[in-house]
Amino acid sequence: MSTAESPLAIETSGLVKVFGDKRAVDGIDLAVSTGSVYGVLGPNGAGKTTAVKMLATLLRPDAGEARVFGHDVLRDADAVRSRVSLTGQYASVDEDLTGTENLVLLARLLGHAKSAARERTGQLLDAFGLSDAADRQVKNYSGGMRRRIDIAASILNTPDLLFLDEPTTGLDPRSRNQVWDIVRAVVAQGTTVLLTTQYLEEADQLAGRIAVIDHGRVIAEGTPGQLKSSVGAGSVHVRLRDPEQRQEASSLLAQHLGTRVQLDSDPFALTARITDSGDECGAAVRASRALGELAEHGITVDDFALGQPSLDEVFLALTDSNNQLSKQDTSGTSRQGAAV
Amino acid sequence: MSTVTNTSTSMNADQDGTDGGVELREGELPPVAPEQLAAVLVAKDRPPRPSAFSVSATFGWRAMLKIKHVPEQLFDVTLFPIMMTLMFTYLFGGALAGSTTEYLQFLLPGIMVMSVVMTTMYTGVAVNTDIEKGVFDRFRTLPIWRPAPMVGYLLGDAVRYVLASAVILVVGLIMGFRPAGGVLGVLAGVALLVAFSFAFSWIWTMFGLMLRSEKSVMGVSMMVLFPMTFLSNILVEPETMPGWLQVFVDINPVAHLVAAVRDLMAGTWNGPEITWTLIAGAILIAVFGTLTMRLYNRK
Repeated sequence: MSTAESPLAIETSGLVKVFGDKRAVDGIDLAVSTGSVYGVLGPNGAGKTTAVKMLATLLRPDAGEARVFGHDVLRDADAVRSRVSLTGQYASVDEDLTGTENLVLLARLLGHAKSAARERTGQLLDAFGLSDAADRQVKNYSGGMRRRIDIAASILNTPDLLFLDEPTTGLDPRSRNQVWDIVRAVVAQGTTVLLTTQYLEEADQLAGRIAVIDHGRVIAEGTPGQLKSSVGAGSVHVRLRDPEQRQEASSLLAQHLGTRVQLDSDPFALTARITDSGDECGAAVRASRALGELAEHGITVDDFALGQPSLDEVFLALTDSNNQLSKQDTSGTSRQGAAV
Repeated sequence: MSTVTNTSTSMNADQDGTDGGVELREGELPPVAPEQLAAVLVAKDRPPRPSAFSVSATFGWRAMLKIKHVPEQLFDVTLFPIMMTLMFTYLFGGALAGSTTEYLQFLLPGIMVMSVVMTTMYTGVAVNTDIEKGVFDRFRTLPIWRPAPMVGYLLGDAVRYVLASAVILVVGLIMGFRPAGGVLGVLAGVALLVAFSFAFSWIWTMFGLMLRSEKSVMGVSMMVLFPMTFLSNILVEPETMPGWLQVFVDINPVAHLVAAVRDLMAGTWNGPEITWTLIAGAILIAVFGTLTMRLYNRK
């Protein structure tokens, strides 16, 4: 990674956590530089939350090392705690208390005097649009409101590093966009954010760098652009009029584009990756030729779209090759996209 | 790098954006104000680390807030003690002491101890319920004195113990309890009882952290509390018990507590029993406090 000499917010090597006979985290190496959003992307059960809990001093690593701003998470846990905040998947506030009471409680625990605690609580509730709900018990909050009070609780003292563990899981698109705005505002003030998510779009939207995790290991690491280009130049999405013709269309596209074709869950649709062949023909040209080929075989295309590979495709491609324990580099340690 | 544009409009790309939306009642939520948020975040100065006493008191305040919001939880320290006092006075009074008023003078300090010691188990239930929720993880990532959340529970519970003692005392006075020790003796007795219960509760913080569910915490509590309270000098004098049982009563700290409280309320300062009670309390804190904190840090 290019930022080896700049101070790192998080640095782990060979981090391992075992539950029973399951290696939830199986040797993770991370290097997160300060002042950015770092995305940790992976499906349910990939080990994201376990990794975050170890970094936030909630779980003891079984092997390996982890340092936060240079402090070891085991030996120097208190120093780590004074610089980080964690917002978990579930609301980590007291549901029986009101919004105000929750924030005042935490502000007092962080050492604010009574008046300062009240003042800061009021400011945060205002900024988060929660003033009207300030005196209601959190158990009566909606999902979006809970997420806000939760994040507000995490920034009572502006943390140097904020862990957001799946901050938008279960939220509707509007609430999700608002959480993204909050994250951007927090980062703009210099806080480093480690964000775990299963939504590829979210990592793409927010993160400067992304580690893709599966089965407790980092299977790819890089900027969103690097990850995308490691999969190919893009893809063509095709929607047919007649689902009966999908098999034929699939083999035609595979033949002309020289790649694997993915049949979408929608029975009318299929997606073909376009590899960067390096020849004079651009991807768009080759895609349109392939589509022409479909027309010649009497296959009617209702709709098509060309796009850069979505992180969905990146993820499927990466986890797929990981499962097959393929060729060159599935060594488990972080690596850049091969095709950069 | 590539000539492909990023203007994908296919259904595939759209799907990324809309899965996971299940919330329905977001309508009136005002938007976040990023400028205001930035203004709050600019303040990077941190107050000095609060003292162990201050954070424990703050956690105690949390327990008070919970009582304010869920007052039903006070049933166990109001109605339950009243029921116990009435039940045992009229059940055993005639048979054991010839008259209920006579028996009440013997029973009341003991039944007070029994009720309060039995309500200590709710500490374990409260700890266990909090762990199920995410709020515990928040407390554990704070840079504070580690035992503070536990001490906070116990401080809040101490208030409940005082309340339960007061309720029983009032019921007792109405029924004809006339303590010879006067106000001072009664207050000293209650103080000793609350202090011991604070120490005893560390058993429940340990089980609250150790066991998986609220039900199992309740189950274990009963297994411990029934023998400790009934196999004692609370209801009857131990003289008529078989020898092996008297041995148990002799080492049962609750029996020493009862003897001390009974004497204090009767106006005698029973030095040995008070000392034994305080030593038992110190041992309970040393053993179960340590085990609690070990579990708390490992969890």
